[in-house]
Amino acid sequence: MEGMSDPLDLLDLDSLLTDDEKAIRAAARQVCADAVDPYVMQWYEQGDLPAARELAREFGKVGLLGMHLEGYGCAGLGSVDYGLACLELEASDSGIRSLVSVQGSLAMFAIWRFGSEDHKQEWLPRMAAGEAIGCFGLTEPDHGSDPASMRARARRDGEDWVINGSKTWITNGSIADVAVVWANAGEEHGGIRGFVVPTRTRGFTAHKIHHKMSLRASVTSELTFEDLRLPADAVLPDVRGLKGPLACLSEARYGIVWGSLGAARSSLDAARRYSKERVQFDRPIGGFQLTQAKLAAMATELQLGQLLALHLGRRKDTVGLRPEQVSVGKYNNVTKALEICRTARTILGANGVSGEWPVMRHANNLESVLTYEGTVEMHTLVIGQALTGESAFR
Amino acid sequence: MNIVVCVKYVPDAQSDRSFRDSDRTVDRDGVDGLLSELDEYAVEEALKIVEAAGEGEVTVLTVGPEAAANAIKKALQMGADRGVHVEDEAIHGSDAAATSLVLAEAVRKATGGTPELVMTGMSSTDGVMGVVPAMLAERLGLPQVTYASELTVGEGTVTIRRDGDTASETIEASLPALVSVTDQINEPRYPSFKGIMAAKKKPVEQWGLADLGIDTSQVGLDAAWTSVVSVTKRPPRAQGQIVADEGDGGSRLAEFLAGQKFI
Repeated sequence: MEGMSDPLDLLDLDSLLTDDEKAIRAAARQVCADAVDPYVMQWYEQGDLPAARELAREFGKVGLLGMHLEGYGCAGLGSVDYGLACLELEASDSGIRSLVSVQGSLAMFAIWRFGSEDHKQEWLPRMAAGEAIGCFGLTEPDHGSDPASMRARARRDGEDWVINGSKTWITNGSIADVAVVWANAGEEHGGIRGFVVPTRTRGFTAHKIHHKMSLRASVTSELTFEDLRLPADAVLPDVRGLKGPLACLSEARYGIVWGSLGAARSSLDAARRYSKERVQFDRPIGGFQLTQAKLAAMATELQLGQLLALHLGRRKDTVGLRPEQVSVGKYNNVTKALEICRTARTILGANGVSGEWPVMRHANNLESVLTYEGTVEMHTLVIGQALTGESAFR
Repeated sequence: MNIVVCVKYVPDAQSDRSFRDSDRTVDRDGVDGLLSELDEYAVEEALKIVEAAGEGEVTVLTVGPEAAANAIKKALQMGADRGVHVEDEAIHGSDAAATSLVLAEAVRKATGGTPELVMTGMSSTDGVMGVVPAMLAERLGLPQVTYASELTVGEGTVTIRRDGDTASETIEASLPALVSVTDQINEPRYPSFKGIMAAKKKPVEQWGLADLGIDTSQVGLDAAWTSVVSVTKRPPRAQGQIVADEGDGGSRLAEFLAGQKFI
């Protein structure tokens, strides 16, 4: 092969992508470069995402929202397309990727997969266009990794459903138009059930969570349901039990397998460029062996992670993925991405902690990504269970 | 309304551009190419006109080597309906006059001889001559309204605003006409994912000079009215002058600016 290698693609992994996939990636990058990158540091510092609605509409125009779903105004693209888009979004900021993940892989996917035709018609086209924002309520203040023990209750009152309880760490919670809420309806009604809840329904309140040190350019909320009364048809008809929310989480986790590498790529890029410009002892620090060792390790892990993500993406589109395969992806890629961002920080020295560079923001964001959508510990145990047949947590 | 938009595939201005030693034409090898950014405004404006009218189609026309198909593809991804790619070895090295000849014949062929509206960018981002729109209008016998920063299509007319240094002119022409647009006219859209997928199914015609009835002697490097005699790389920027302020910084700054005729 002739020509120079691309420092961010040493192995020419681009050659494994189709022209369409590259075009999808370029479109995702372009909207991020225009609508996110110039502003994201300011949002991060503010600890808010004031432009969430405008962003959602911009993303909707491109087709980013629910892009891997068929019909109802969604783009109907493949898993690799979706992964590439997640990577570009997270190269801008994990919080922005979270907005898109929660919208597409959690809220829209739940409605698309398990909802009634009416649910789909009512919500999916508007959500795909970014005119309606969705959130997904599973985690509770006292129930994270063990959602089966959730306390949110749905009881029947005549034809209606009445929900009481609370959810926390809900991305998009305070800005959502619709929430997919999971609550225990009791054995006689199928155990854990999902409900499509318009957020203006009486009894629904959302409070923004403040003082986050991570994912600051993202809206995170606590939801409370006080005698939240819903009509009979609010329930997702096609799923009962925990496998409903877990199927949605598996979708979102798959996006994270790719997305986390975006934060890593952005950090590696920043560190590499900095190492060429920063002169100490009369030479660029990129000329020092310690710096090169760091860069080499970062670039290698980035590319290995991309190979893993691509492999999972191709499998997902052909034969489907088993949960432990997604766990391998999230376990490895988020851990390695976090390491890459932290190492990048050391190459930038004091400048690494500055908001002028993206690396500390990425590293802080990945602290959340490491534990949301299944903690790194849970994914480790899922892999352990697949290897030994023994569940270490149940 | 049916609109033909002429676009150009240019070397990416972000990369290191150079000339070929052999014939002093732009070296396209090893440089990424793309749809000239200034042409995106013409594509966007054409799409807006057709969308507002609710009928008609946008044809994107380019003259260039094989890779120029990428410029058409981008325009189709943005929403244009069909593409025409004129490619012929003999076109290599053509000057603006020859380019306008090829474009004119291609516009005629693409529209059955009667274009309704032909649109272009204000210039290319590589050659930056900005003369092709006028030459093309002349060859097609169309009124030319150039450098439009605003455009309105009326009943059989097109009206544009041209912003000059001292005044803004409003100019009206009868249709059919040729309009070139500036980068102030709109905000070009991104190709959407649906647009990217739909573009694959859109027709792109491939024509050579023979299809257009143009003799190879009329185009190419040999037929060019001008030729590039020599090329010298611009010298690297010299280091600036540092003035140490020893109480006279202000006056020395003023002296420097006056010496350079800035003040």
